[in-house]
Amino acid sequence: MTTTVAPEPVAVPEPERHEPSSLELASYGDVLFRWLLTLAAAAIPVLLGFLVYELWVGSRLAIERFGLDFVTTSRWDPVAEEFGAFPLIFGTLASSLLALVIAVPLSLGVAIYLTEFAPNAIRQPVAFLIGLLAAIPSVVYGLWGIFVLIPILRTSLFPFLRDTLGFLPFFQGPIYGPSMFSAGIILAIMVMPYIMSVSREVLMAVPDTQREAALALGATRWEAVITAVVPYARSGIIGAVILGLGRALGETMAVTMLIGNRHEIAASLFAPSYTMAAAIANEFSEAVGDMHLSALAYVAFLLFVVTVVVNAGARLLIWRVARGSGAGSKAL
Amino acid sequence: MNRRALRRVVSNAMVGLMILAVVVALLPLFFILFDLVVQGAGSLSVAFFTRMPAPAGETGGGVAHAIVGTLLIVGAASLIGLPLGIAAGIYCAEYPGSRLTWITRFVADVLNGTPSIVVGVFAWAWIVATQKHFSALAGSAALAMLMIPMVLRTTEEMIKLVPNSLREAALALGYPRWRTSLAIIVRTTMPGIVTGSLLAVARISGETAPLLFTALGSQYMSLDLNQPMAALPLTVFTYATGPFEEWHRYAWAAALVLILVVFVLSVGARLAIRRRFSLNG
Repeated sequence: MTTTVAPEPVAVPEPERHEPSSLELASYGDVLFRWLLTLAAAAIPVLLGFLVYELWVGSRLAIERFGLDFVTTSRWDPVAEEFGAFPLIFGTLASSLLALVIAVPLSLGVAIYLTEFAPNAIRQPVAFLIGLLAAIPSVVYGLWGIFVLIPILRTSLFPFLRDTLGFLPFFQGPIYGPSMFSAGIILAIMVMPYIMSVSREVLMAVPDTQREAALALGATRWEAVITAVVPYARSGIIGAVILGLGRALGETMAVTMLIGNRHEIAASLFAPSYTMAAAIANEFSEAVGDMHLSALAYVAFLLFVVTVVVNAGARLLIWRVARGSGAGSKAL
Repeated sequence: MNRRALRRVVSNAMVGLMILAVVVALLPLFFILFDLVVQGAGSLSVAFFTRMPAPAGETGGGVAHAIVGTLLIVGAASLIGLPLGIAAGIYCAEYPGSRLTWITRFVADVLNGTPSIVVGVFAWAWIVATQKHFSALAGSAALAMLMIPMVLRTTEEMIKLVPNSLREAALALGYPRWRTSLAIIVRTTMPGIVTGSLLAVARISGETAPLLFTALGSQYMSLDLNQPMAALPLTVFTYATGPFEEWHRYAWAAALVLILVVFVLSVGARLAIRRRFSLNG
């Protein structure tokens, strides 16, 4: 810190009345400053409006032609210009839910361990390392998935599941490498850091009195967590999970590389499938006609609407727990 | 006594399970980094950074065009996204009561959750479809759009950490508001803002989806932002999904370079932020 001594204002009567003008200048500066910032801040809602408008313009052809039937029909034929996105929507939801089934127990386990049990020395480092998972680009997950994960799954986990749980329709049929299951697993790895870090923030926002009261009543440490801490943070944790869902729904590259890209619905998790984001990524740059492009833009539009709804819901829940503390928003 | 012992056993078992969860959660990270180094490091050479790709099936090419492309595309995106995001962030922090602040913050959250592929479609419809050709600039626009909400929120959070007494002191000394904001508040938070910007740059450097049908990728060195351009993540994607063994090796090497860039940026930023603001929790 260097302190500069401001020159003492000398109380000399000024002959020219320039003093007020510096005040005026300051207020002009304020007005200008505020204007510039307002312009920047206002540009962002304008951009969003523009985004919605452009998506609508891009998909107008398909919206007029197929309407809401687009959501429920399954035919995807670029040559005949018949499009229905049901398999895509199904694939998106199924792969995301599969990812959550795997990721939620893991991330909650990690989050609870880190906030409640872990020795202080490892809390930050572990959280940091798991945070690194969020920094890995999606395309690198895809690369790793193709060349490492899929070969491992194809020779170990998949045959094992088919042998032991083969009576369930989910684990039947031929084992390809790229499949709904592979995509679900890579998605689980990708959304885990988000769910972990937001639920960790939420758990840290739980007041210590909750824990102390439970422990004072004779609860074990685990009982204190499960009866007093987690219920207190419940809606925040649900928010974290929904936020993870939002990430999973829109995840593109890794899924595109691992899901097998087939416009079909299959009961088996070993079968290739498709998602909305993957279809856009694969087909957009080589779409065969305006209707095909428009149908893909329609898919993007639907994906946008779904993620907005999901994210808004998640944020509402997180705000309810951690209002004002900024918890949650940090992790986003 | 038995019941008590049982409860204790359950408690310990749950803790054991959670430790297992930590181990399982960390495994992919180590696996991915290990495989990247093992598979990618062997292909790294001077030629890899300086030469253009060899024709399919031949050996001895490089990805110089993609490295230059990523620098240009991300650079242009930062030129658009950073000033806008930071200025809007300052607005949200400095005028917390205004309705525009509420709207902007909400919209930033919406944008933050928007899948990058959707932003790519937007940039396509806006720039590529009207210009009738693919261009790196459209890719930069999409990436800038992804940056803005991230930069905005970190800038706002950082400025909110500045104690109010600092602002009051400046105003009491007769500083006009704009000078208080710029010379006191923003300057105090500069490290935080730089960190937030670095994190945003790190995030978008790895983005592939919004570039697929905007910058498109290219096999040639291009410096013209108005033309299709190669980028490192696109190269990883194309080479990984291509048929040649040689391509796969390049995909690993390119991914290793990509992840080094991303990690250096984001780890550096995180460490800086921790040192600076650890006292604020």
